[in-house]
Amino acid sequence: MRQGKYPFVIGFLIAPLALYGMFVLRPIAAAVQVSMTNWSGLSPNFDFVGLENFQKLLDDDKVWLAARHHVFLLVTLPVITIALALFFAFLLNMGGGTRGGMMTGVWGSKFYRVVFFLPQVLAVVIVGVIFGRVYAPDGSGVLNRFLELFGVDPVPFMAEYGLWSILGVLVWQAVGFYVVLFAAGMSSIPAEIYEAAVMDGASRVTIFFRVTIPLLMETVKVAWVYLGILAMDAFALVMVLSIDEGGPDGATTVLPVQIYKSGIRESDYGYASALGVALAVFTIIFAVLSLRGGKRNAVEH
Amino acid sequence: MSNHTDSPSELSRRSVLRRTAAVGLLATPAAGLLSACVGGGTEEPSTSATGTKSAENPLGVATETPVEVVIFDGGLGTKYATDVHIPSYKAKFPKSEVKYSSTQEVSTALQPRFASNTPPDMVNNAGSKLMDQGKLVEAGQVADLSDLFAAPSLDIAGKTVGETLIPGTIEQGTFNGKPYVLNYAYTVFGLWYSGKLFKDNGWTAPTTWADFTALLEKMKAKGITPYSYAGANAAYYQYLVILTTAAKIGGADVLKAIDNLEPNAWKNDAVKQAATLWGEIGAKYGNKAHLGLKHTEVQLQQNQYKVGFYPSGSWLENEQSKDTPAGFDYQVAAIPGATASDKLPATGLYAAAGEMYFVASKGGNVQGGKEYLRHMLSKAGAKGFTELTKSLTVVTGAAEGLTLSPGLTSANAALTAAGAANFSFRWDAWYKNLDDECRAATNELMFQGGTADKFCDRMQAAADKTEKKFSR
Repeated sequence: MRQGKYPFVIGFLIAPLALYGMFVLRPIAAAVQVSMTNWSGLSPNFDFVGLENFQKLLDDDKVWLAARHHVFLLVTLPVITIALALFFAFLLNMGGGTRGGMMTGVWGSKFYRVVFFLPQVLAVVIVGVIFGRVYAPDGSGVLNRFLELFGVDPVPFMAEYGLWSILGVLVWQAVGFYVVLFAAGMSSIPAEIYEAAVMDGASRVTIFFRVTIPLLMETVKVAWVYLGILAMDAFALVMVLSIDEGGPDGATTVLPVQIYKSGIRESDYGYASALGVALAVFTIIFAVLSLRGGKRNAVEH
Repeated sequence: MSNHTDSPSELSRRSVLRRTAAVGLLATPAAGLLSACVGGGTEEPSTSATGTKSAENPLGVATETPVEVVIFDGGLGTKYATDVHIPSYKAKFPKSEVKYSSTQEVSTALQPRFASNTPPDMVNNAGSKLMDQGKLVEAGQVADLSDLFAAPSLDIAGKTVGETLIPGTIEQGTFNGKPYVLNYAYTVFGLWYSGKLFKDNGWTAPTTWADFTALLEKMKAKGITPYSYAGANAAYYQYLVILTTAAKIGGADVLKAIDNLEPNAWKNDAVKQAATLWGEIGAKYGNKAHLGLKHTEVQLQQNQYKVGFYPSGSWLENEQSKDTPAGFDYQVAAIPGATASDKLPATGLYAAAGEMYFVASKGGNVQGGKEYLRHMLSKAGAKGFTELTKSLTVVTGAAEGLTLSPGLTSANAALTAAGAANFSFRWDAWYKNLDDECRAATNELMFQGGTADKFCDRMQAAADKTEKKFSR
């Protein structure tokens, strides 16, 4: 058996590696190659232009605007989502107080779990269309009709608070998934730790901050990375929800929208690929940094 | 395009990292599409089939070769192609098959085919996802239509195809001296209103700016939004109106200078005055909420008598046919004169051939594609189009004998009143980046407290950065 080990291993690996190379690595390499050309996408011909596209990228105001929006989302989206998800997960798992020394969830927690998770299974475009009605700038919008009851004038959500409105939808959609993730993490924390804490007279608040969160740190970190990646995207929502695809006047634009506009609308695939390469590099740097950072703080149970 | 719908069971650190790479990939949708083409080099285009030229077959179409046409499925529908033009082609060439398909996303469906030199023969390049026509011409993908326009018309005896068209049609599709594109639908742009609303209130369409603002004031008093357009996706209807006013003040050459990217063309006094006037209309008579609405939403409000004037083209009546209440009676007014010293009369109109059709130069049946256009430009083909779409075509007199709808009748009357004072611009199709910038600048001016100076400065800055490729 031992002699046949390597052919056996290679035999299993060759197909997935070939597929990975063909459909993941090769397109990435091609994107890098195209980013150094002036290819219009409309004919097979192009010229090599070196780093000109990257130079243009640095001088493009809309790109910097989009980058600022990514930074905004990169900070707010994970913080708000994780805070809400931890809170809800705690309530679902332990919010009901103790029964026979065991922590229990609030009444109806199984039902809430499904409710929270529901947005996650909706397609992004559907979510966008739904929120188009929620945020509608006149009395026909759900939020504005509600505000009308209090005599508040209609608020033009997408026009004046575009990025915050989009952030709201992103949080709304993401939170359910992290509730489930954190709830799973919490249920894997040994019950005797809680039992000991309860016996020592710790309140629910103390238990949450002193026991649950430190023991969940690893899961939270993964959530952070994943939400950060989501903040680098937001393409579909911006396209469906925002005024004038990333407007008004670039107020909600993100890099993928700029890629779409320069590639598909303006037929400048070389420049679009340069933007794509830049975005990929940023995303990878972000992921590596956040996974490396804070490794020492891990608490084992 | 890229979204995240991962199943929860799979989340582990490793898969997160793996996805990081995947996101980078998803984020370059453009790159994904072209992986098949890059490095493919310059594949020789397949040679196009030709037949023998004769009086019956002036373009020399190969009688047995199929021809492939792609039609945009939008406001005009596709029935005009399947019920009128394709049967017409087949009747003439029974042995040739017409391969027909339609799409709502022209660029998505056809860009890869142009990139690999296997395009369809005839393309209707339209819709919000149309391909950049200027770049297509520049890339050598579009066939010269000179021989089509010189060929005899299919059913108008004694005239060439070119001679049957409304003057300016061929010019509208000309890039650097050669006709490449057929703009088929003849569109009249103006301010649309409900004949019924006006009749009930005893209002008449204004011709001077003072009359215009006085009327808007009366509408406001009635609780109607006097003037509106949709900021979310239709700002170009409004910049067309601003530039129409600029042309009336300073003459049509103002638009020509903008097209030709002449220095300070956007800072011309006429443009500045027009932007000032319209900025005031937006601030006084607009509705801030409409910045966040789409064109169909504002058009629906007009159908509900909540909006007075709405700037649009003559496709509006057909587009709204399902939502228009009985007796609404669409009417169009030319944009009122701006000052006492206007260079063009108040009846002057932005009217132009629109809706682009072109023949791919590297298709398998170039002459067949042109022949298809010849069938579209026959009197019968054009008449069928007007009947089915309520839109005029560029074929002179093709609407004769048809019973026109109220809106189309009104558009026809406006066109007659304008006489020679009709004009248009080309820069929005030539330079897509300027189109994008002007939408944002227009919304700023009309909804967000922008000023005329800022509008002109922004547009001039964008134009200065644009590399000149075309002129007229």
